[in-house]
Amino acid sequence: MHQPPAEHVHWLFATGFLLLGLFLLAEAIVGPEVWRRRPWRAYLWPSFVFLMGVLMWPVMVFFTSSTIHMLAHGAWAQVMMLAGASELALARGRVSHWAWRLCTPFAFAVSGSAFLLHEQNPWFFQRSAFLHHFLGWLMVLGAVFPLARALRPRWVVANTGFALILVVVAVALYCDRDLAPVFGHLSPLAGTPHR
Amino acid sequence: MGSHPIIERLEERAAPRVLAWRPIAVSLLGPLTALTGVVWAIVQPYRVTLLHPRGESFWWLVVEPPLLVVVAGIAFHLLVARPLVDDLERD
Repeated sequence: MHQPPAEHVHWLFATGFLLLGLFLLAEAIVGPEVWRRRPWRAYLWPSFVFLMGVLMWPVMVFFTSSTIHMLAHGAWAQVMMLAGASELALARGRVSHWAWRLCTPFAFAVSGSAFLLHEQNPWFFQRSAFLHHFLGWLMVLGAVFPLARALRPRWVVANTGFALILVVVAVALYCDRDLAPVFGHLSPLAGTPHR
Repeated sequence: MGSHPIIERLEERAAPRVLAWRPIAVSLLGPLTALTGVVWAIVQPYRVTLLHPRGESFWWLVVEPPLLVVVAGIAFHLLVARPLVDDLERD
């Protein structure tokens, strides 16, 4: 069995982000009391984030073709594991200081910066370049929602915004192709599009 | 003194209406997600390679984005939304 193409890996992670967004949206709708009525639900999304961070390591090893891509994927793996682990520890009660909640907005800021720093082509070079810029700015600016959530955990706007940012990340990752035009633009330097 | 029972009765009636949208919203999340995947499959049928397999490799047959969205919606609905709605309705 061959390795999956890179775009397939992006689509699998898109599904993970979609589920994460749905979990958080449901939690924002019902409120933390109802969400935590069954103990396993309190650990659901933090453990999911941690697992996605763990799975990012094989992506870093097997699917990166340059040092800068490897560093970006390694950064995503680390900050996803940090965010997941800190939220797990908060849910379990192992840590209680509010500052631990800042790990998630920190993960957003680092992830967004990694997107922006490792994309060397302009927005309309090809679709993946566009998506890197879009996702980078989405996560850097979208970090305001997990930050607001860290400061005011019960604020519905912050919780809903946090969930919707992850759904938009999922949509962007589903749009990813190994080589495809974006809004009709494709640099001749990018190569021949397929599928 | 005479108005107290009326106020209580109105509050009793109003409270469930205010809370009723939550189970509906939670129950809609999964089906709407799955419906999005179905619409995507209709708009871009070539993304569902199972419909026309022509020497596709393993991964092209397994990882099909519209189907992943449908599966995510169904899994969320069955495993997360339903127990959550049960908990809400118990209130």
